[in-house]
Amino acid sequence: MSATEPIIYDLGSPGRIGVNLPDCDVPELELPANLMRDDLALPEVGELQVVRHFVKLSQLNYAIDKGFYPLGSCTMKYNPKVNEDAARLPGLAQLHPLTDQEGSQGALFLMYELQKWLAEISGFEAVSLTPAAGAQGEFAGILMIRKYHIDNDDKERDIILVPNSAHGTNPATVSMAGMRVIELPSGSDGNVDLEALQAVCEGENRNKIAGMMITVPSTLGLFEAHILKVIEAVHDCGGLMYMDGANMNALMGVVKPGELGFDVMHYNLHKTFSTPHGGGGPGSGPVGVSAKLKPFLPGPIVDIIEPADDENDAPLYGFVTPEKTIGRLKAFHGNFGMHLRAYAYIRVYGDSGIRDVTRFAVLNANYLRAKLMKTYKVPYPRYCGHEFVMEGHIEGADDIHALDISKRLMDYGFHPPTNYFPLIVPEALLIEPTETEVKADLDAFIDAMEKIAEEARTNPDLLHNAPHTAPVKRLDEVRAAKELVLCCAPALPGGGD
Amino acid sequence: MSYIPHTDAERQQMLAEIGVTTIEDLFEAVPSSHRFPKLDLPKPMSEMEVMAEMLSISDANDHAQDFAVFRGAGAYHHFIPSAVNHMLLRGEFYTAYTPYQPEISQGTLQSIFEYQSMMCALTGMDAANASHYDGATSLAEAVTVAMEVTRNKRKKIILSHAINPQYREVVRTYHQGRDIRLVGDRGRGDIAELMDMLDENTAMLAVQYPNFFGQIDDYTALADAVHEVGALLVFVVNPMALSLFKSPGELGADIVVGEGQPMGIPLSYGGPYLGFFAIKQKYVRKIAGRIIGETLDSDGKRAYVMTLRPREQDIKRERATSNICTNQGLMALAASVYMALMGKNGLQKVGKLNYNKSHYAAQEIDKLDGYKVDMSKPFFNEFIISCPHPIAKVNAALLEQGIIGGYDLGQDYSHLENHMLLCVTEVNTKDEIDVLVATLGGLV
Repeated sequence: MSATEPIIYDLGSPGRIGVNLPDCDVPELELPANLMRDDLALPEVGELQVVRHFVKLSQLNYAIDKGFYPLGSCTMKYNPKVNEDAARLPGLAQLHPLTDQEGSQGALFLMYELQKWLAEISGFEAVSLTPAAGAQGEFAGILMIRKYHIDNDDKERDIILVPNSAHGTNPATVSMAGMRVIELPSGSDGNVDLEALQAVCEGENRNKIAGMMITVPSTLGLFEAHILKVIEAVHDCGGLMYMDGANMNALMGVVKPGELGFDVMHYNLHKTFSTPHGGGGPGSGPVGVSAKLKPFLPGPIVDIIEPADDENDAPLYGFVTPEKTIGRLKAFHGNFGMHLRAYAYIRVYGDSGIRDVTRFAVLNANYLRAKLMKTYKVPYPRYCGHEFVMEGHIEGADDIHALDISKRLMDYGFHPPTNYFPLIVPEALLIEPTETEVKADLDAFIDAMEKIAEEARTNPDLLHNAPHTAPVKRLDEVRAAKELVLCCAPALPGGGD
Repeated sequence: MSYIPHTDAERQQMLAEIGVTTIEDLFEAVPSSHRFPKLDLPKPMSEMEVMAEMLSISDANDHAQDFAVFRGAGAYHHFIPSAVNHMLLRGEFYTAYTPYQPEISQGTLQSIFEYQSMMCALTGMDAANASHYDGATSLAEAVTVAMEVTRNKRKKIILSHAINPQYREVVRTYHQGRDIRLVGDRGRGDIAELMDMLDENTAMLAVQYPNFFGQIDDYTALADAVHEVGALLVFVVNPMALSLFKSPGELGADIVVGEGQPMGIPLSYGGPYLGFFAIKQKYVRKIAGRIIGETLDSDGKRAYVMTLRPREQDIKRERATSNICTNQGLMALAASVYMALMGKNGLQKVGKLNYNKSHYAAQEIDKLDGYKVDMSKPFFNEFIISCPHPIAKVNAALLEQGIIGGYDLGQDYSHLENHMLLCVTEVNTKDEIDVLVATLGGLV
């Protein structure tokens, strides 16, 4: 069996070590033999070997730093290098989370300002930075809605309405909170089916509706045309409105969700605010809330403990726990390393620039949409937000699917769009260019998409067998699930069952 | 315009192609009553100014480059080889996302597969996922798995009070909407008392190893007792201690969770960290989150891919047992590079340095008048000191000597007022320890 790069275990030799460690400068003790393990099956590899191994692995990856990455709903924008330098400053990288309040005023100030800015950008009363990712922010939001109703002695409310275009995290979140989902259909224009919503809100479950989760703009990239009516319908039956803020890159400086009437939303710092996606994470998913949900925020949050004496003095910042908090979502206080990058990002754009992020993200998306709809079917003929969905189906090439187009894009040097999501569009390709892409690169992508459409008709096997130039060919995913090889470490006593 | 590259000419060409005159025309669907609000934010800054401000924020913190850190309690100051950071700074790793397209993500996929493998070796388990948010949420997810394994028929979850108090809070937050009962953690009993709580309604029992007080409890009879009633045994571990001590697999654990931060991840004021989650083979299909499997490509070449995908939220939606999507992937890479560099020999050496230095500090402190170190159980790199003064006063005196002292246990455990949890690792030199001891001794 050949491989692109050996497994780290296969590079080792007994006795080798990849690190220089100091000698022990205190008396050495006998270890308690009855508690010791017999073996530790870790690799034994030298430092240069390790470095080469991971450099070679890195070269097998596609990444924003290599090229255009229009992965819809993920906002793969440029991750500024200065933020990486800032994150490695000793007072930020080497600060213990349990440092006393007086010794962490810099970090607390930064978090306080970021809470304030995020609240301002979305029109909310307060923000908690603790959620570690968007999905955890959603979970926090739904738990707050749940606890709000319980606190109001309105204990029957356990239904959350979720449109069928929603991210999978939305319904999964509702279940995690011990609540129930009612799925709502979308109309032919991509908006929530208002009649269906009103029927539910006025129907037998009227007094059981705890709230609704909705993504704005929707996962189709479309701004909900009747958003104020949707919010009104849910509020009228006593429910609260949760906004999935995954698509905030389409809204900054354009509209504040809090002003539209939303009660709670999460932000994705790793999408909208440029913190790196890290090959799958870490993210950060702060939640913003209206005044009525502020007491329920997950703690701790940062507040001013003692105001400044005068304008030359700084206030004293500290952690506080909101009065009716849903509780702690993780140890310590959120992914601080992501907070500081988002802080630096907002600082660079400032009041006059943040709106431009959205303006140019939406310009880029509409430009791609306008050009690609000449070749491909774009199901909703409206201006889009920061992303749009098209169908990966080509007239005259019936056995070509979204997946084939995606794989062929790799040969042209691009990362494919999100495939097969949203679920309500057949052969969906969800395309999000972001504001940091230059026109020439968008044109190169359009050019590749046009060529692929041509190839689909003239030489479909070129697509079926793609990618041709990637480090590996298409993978046998059935084999992976059937044979389930998840670990290559030598077996240890106690393992296996 | 900061990170936006458009020239005016390009913008005009693009607008013409779309068929509008201004960018603002694209927002017609947004209610006009709420469109284009004012934003009260500070003025924009150049890169130079931003870096200067970040430096001044950094300088306002008491950090481990200026202070000797003897505080642990869930976050640990360890040596991180330079090569770890250099690998994390490769844009090919940190500017990629979840490897949905395996053909162009083999770097991420193989490195996570190696991470899973090394975590299995360390914990004595058969499979590990690609990470949870941190040790606390890994424990909360273990509760869900135990409920699933016992088909949601068992309602009792036993947690030791010697599990990190913040982790126990997170478990309560996660499961507040579910019909389960969390018991044990508000008592002050020993392992025998936890074993007495086991019954046919118990889904799982969790202990920490070493426990929150740094001690190695005697868990030899625990696994049999837990398995006898058909429950799962969950270990919350400090991976550094597993360099020396018996693996949880050897002690009969079914699930091993914990905080991976000690392995190559900076303190960073509490995050991003790494929740690891490892499990016995027979429960592997109940695991949440991403998991990477080995397979072949169409040329027969070995390759890696996300597997068991139908468990996940994007496919299973409201029937998924967890909503996790984004995880702590880059932190798993850090742990992977760290474990590869350290390897078997380096990690054992680091483990011994922690053991010897913490025991040296404990013995020296125990000799001081008024101080008493709890040596009733073996410990790894943290231990309890009973102090003659309130811990705030002790720590204030230490801070003056450039030392960040131990964690005040009285804030979580009322019977441990004036007790400090002290942590000593390989980065603490004998000189630092001697200053610490002298300062404690000189405190009247």
